[in-house]
Amino acid sequence: MSGFDVIVVGGGHAGCEAAAVAARMGARVALVSFSRESIGAMSCNPAIGGLGKGHLVREVDAFDGLIARAADAAAIHYRMLNISKGSAVQGPRVQADRVLYKAAVQAMLDAQPGLTIVEGEVAELILEGDRVSGVVLADSTMLTAPAVILATGTFLGGRLYRGEERLTGGRVGEPGATLLAQQLRDAALPMARLKTGTPPRIDGRTIDWAVLEEQPSDDGSWTMSPLTVRRTVPQLFCAITRTNSQTHDIIRANLNRSPLFSGAIGAQGPRYCPSIEDKIHRFGDRDGHQVFLEPEGLDSVLVYPNGISTSLPTDVQLDFVRSMAGLKRAEIVVPGYAVEYDHIDPRALDHRLQLRAIQGLYCAGQINGTTGYEEAAAQGLIAGLSAAAMVLDRAITLPDRANSYLAVMIDDLVLQGVTEPYRMLTARAEYRLRLRANNASDRLTGMAIAAGCVGDARRNWFETRSAAKADMRARLEQKASCSELTALGLPVKADGARQSLYDWLRYPAVTLASLAPLLDGDALPADLVDEIEEDAVYAPYLARQAAELRDLRASEQVALGADIEYGAIAGLSNEMVERLSLAQPESLAEAGRIRGVTPAALAAILVHARRRAA
Amino acid sequence: MPSGDTIFALSSGAPPAAIATIRISGSLAKQTLATLTGALPSERQAALRSLRDPADGRLLDRAVVIWFAGPATATGEDLVELHLHGGRAVVRAVETALANMPGLRMAEPGEFTRRAFSNGRIDLAEAEGLGDLLLAETEAQRVAALRMASGHLSRLANRWREAVLRLSAMVEAELDFSDEDDVDTGADETLRVLTLELAAEIDAVLARPHAERLKDGIRVVLAGPPNAGKSTLLNALVQRDAAIVSDIAGTTRDIIAVPVAYDGVPFVFSDTAGLRDDHGDGIEAIGIARAQDAIATADIVLWLGVPDGIPQHPAVWQIAAKVDRADVSRETADVARHLVSALTGEGIDALIADLVASARQLLPAPEDLALNARQHRLISQCGVSLHDAAGQSDPLIRAEALRQARAAIDSLLGHSHVEDMLDTLFGRFCIGK
Repeated sequence: MSGFDVIVVGGGHAGCEAAAVAARMGARVALVSFSRESIGAMSCNPAIGGLGKGHLVREVDAFDGLIARAADAAAIHYRMLNISKGSAVQGPRVQADRVLYKAAVQAMLDAQPGLTIVEGEVAELILEGDRVSGVVLADSTMLTAPAVILATGTFLGGRLYRGEERLTGGRVGEPGATLLAQQLRDAALPMARLKTGTPPRIDGRTIDWAVLEEQPSDDGSWTMSPLTVRRTVPQLFCAITRTNSQTHDIIRANLNRSPLFSGAIGAQGPRYCPSIEDKIHRFGDRDGHQVFLEPEGLDSVLVYPNGISTSLPTDVQLDFVRSMAGLKRAEIVVPGYAVEYDHIDPRALDHRLQLRAIQGLYCAGQINGTTGYEEAAAQGLIAGLSAAAMVLDRAITLPDRANSYLAVMIDDLVLQGVTEPYRMLTARAEYRLRLRANNASDRLTGMAIAAGCVGDARRNWFETRSAAKADMRARLEQKASCSELTALGLPVKADGARQSLYDWLRYPAVTLASLAPLLDGDALPADLVDEIEEDAVYAPYLARQAAELRDLRASEQVALGADIEYGAIAGLSNEMVERLSLAQPESLAEAGRIRGVTPAALAAILVHARRRAA
Repeated sequence: MPSGDTIFALSSGAPPAAIATIRISGSLAKQTLATLTGALPSERQAALRSLRDPADGRLLDRAVVIWFAGPATATGEDLVELHLHGGRAVVRAVETALANMPGLRMAEPGEFTRRAFSNGRIDLAEAEGLGDLLLAETEAQRVAALRMASGHLSRLANRWREAVLRLSAMVEAELDFSDEDDVDTGADETLRVLTLELAAEIDAVLARPHAERLKDGIRVVLAGPPNAGKSTLLNALVQRDAAIVSDIAGTTRDIIAVPVAYDGVPFVFSDTAGLRDDHGDGIEAIGIARAQDAIATADIVLWLGVPDGIPQHPAVWQIAAKVDRADVSRETADVARHLVSALTGEGIDALIADLVASARQLLPAPEDLALNARQHRLISQCGVSLHDAAGQSDPLIRAEALRQARAAIDSLLGHSHVEDMLDTLFGRFCIGK
């Protein structure tokens, strides 16, 4: 029997971040995984980042997390999405070499003091009343800790579907955590099922690349983590092909062999990542769908055809793959499949991702009904941070909706629940204009330093950068007239008003570089220049939201008890009672975000809460 | 609860009444009073002040005003009370002026009580009333929902909502999914045109008559020089002694508003101080200023003076009053729309019939949209946000403007969530790799 502060179950993206951050905070951590070798594996597509997701990667990185640096260590293709649109919605994304990625994660975990990797299957949780106190492995080894984080991905009650085939497990070739699933079901936790899918993997040597449109890696030197000094891995290109009417005919003729359509899979899949059979069924009028051919690594022959996730039988998969340009002679190495799995209704969690019913038990990642590496990593970070803070008895500030996508996601999950696998979208963030991928450090690293999870290298980098930014902001406070700007050759409107250089920066033609003659002092690094210019451009829109934010902060101060009986409050509709009871909001602000709760209902809830406190 | 917004609401009963009290609570309360009155009285000292609309300097009312510094106030915040003359038009005008001031908004139901309670100014027993309020709100919503379900506002608003959702989905698809499959990017011009079309449709609906006319009545103002018989005619029209009638010129120093209904059409008749240039005294001068304002906001003006002095107004009717008397002016009688005698009742029925017929033109038709002030405000917010969205080229800012348009319509219809936009998005675009 071994004693730890925090036990993390699962070595995927959520588990690795959870274990690493808890250890960075000084907790003694055990990371339990079926096999040491599979820790840090990318089980689905070989990309990290993207729209909304890239924000999460940068935010986890701002807490000194693993994902961004691992992505840089493995990046064989960089692409900044939405480069032509506002920077608040630009999404940095890389294609990652699976082998390099896994190696980078494992190297960082190995180098992390206080973190022990334990190979084994967690068979059950040790519970003492409503508290968790450790886990028992399948070989009867006991590990004890006051905090356990479940980051079990799709392994809980996982069931694979491919045509008429059925398999039990999480990923192909690996066993699922069925004992643990049974125990969670027995604990009467609210559970539900979701599905997701993956496309067949193609042997890249059988693809006719010459006939396909290439998508090269972005020029430039940006990296996922600002701490990565430069891109080091050779860059490959991706390619684009398309489904066509022949592809669609093949799929249509075999829809009855898809478990999605035969009724075998009842669970809801993600609308933003539909299977190819779904796309063709629901959007029959389209003449084709893009398919991105993404190499899985420098030394791998595997290619991931992004856009044709499927659960059709293997023979049909081969037929329709070969109907596409460039894939006439393609060979499938691993066929695609759909997976249906258990998840916990995240409304059973609090904002620290702790189950309200079982003290010390935290959940992170796909088990909470989300999808995506980035979403998982972000939850792992928050769960690990919270669990370590609880065990070490350290007060920490958690992020909120106004400062991070991290918090938008967790707030959505624990207040609204999920009806499909949850993916981060920029549209979900009402304060999107202030949440940019490139100002994540500014928003969060101060908070992370206070929580004690940031290493020396990042702290030094952050402090230097913050000082440079503050210095530049101070220099930009000096006022200038439009004639002074015109004298620099800047086309600004001659309205005669003297305003600060910072205000002038809002004009499209004005940049920090163009103002250089008016500013003394050192030039700034490129990323900081971008950040300051963008701050200036969006400043007026942020000011408009200021009142909204003040109200938010104020009602966040009003705490609601954990066990309010909403049914006992006069005047609440049944629907409001049900939603409030499931989500158990902790503050008046949270109650107000739950669908259908009116201002008058909030007033009644407040009175009820105060009466109980009195 | 401490809050960024300063709120206001009518805290006395529904007008008309002798006095109407509007309360303003929050950090901007004191500044608001200073803006309305020009000079701030001493704290906790009642003072008579002219309230002027900060937008155009127009006189709103002469009112007794008091302010109290927080936290020792009913709400625990800075608090202002405006004791107005209790006519609907006065209250409406003051509310509108307040709503147009930045940082101020009309209080949500129960919000004063909530703030008072949060700040420890009232105890639990006093706050219990909130439960009843909520029940009342629910009942009111039920009735309102029923009414809207049968009318076509709900149909129309739902159609707007879907249109805004489609616009939002187009922008959001471009922002969140531009790299994934066949999202149509570069549809900026289409989006701008569609946004402007919707904004124009909303503007057209906003230009129609308000439901307040139906609820509060057509405003008919009796005006003319002193002793022209305005008060006597008013009494004859409303068939009771609402105004003080005497034969001393200048008796009516204030506006007297009397609600009355003919043939189911609601009217508010207002008698005004006589309009003359040589003021008798200061107080009467105020009455005259107020009469001029009343004329400006009237739907119909009945002019009892000589034709030469007729005020500028789109619907002013020359009335020859006192036709029972021998000295009635010949030239007035010739151009008058009505010849009446309050004393004998001559011409009164014809005048009433004419008023009813004219009023029907000003009221929303039964099958037409009847917007109340709240609906009007929200729809107007939606329209403003749509115009804003159409004028933006940055898709991010455009998305933000559309989000605000959506929020306004959602408040109108009482449902809201980003999920509805995503439903539209995923229903429209084949998205995902």
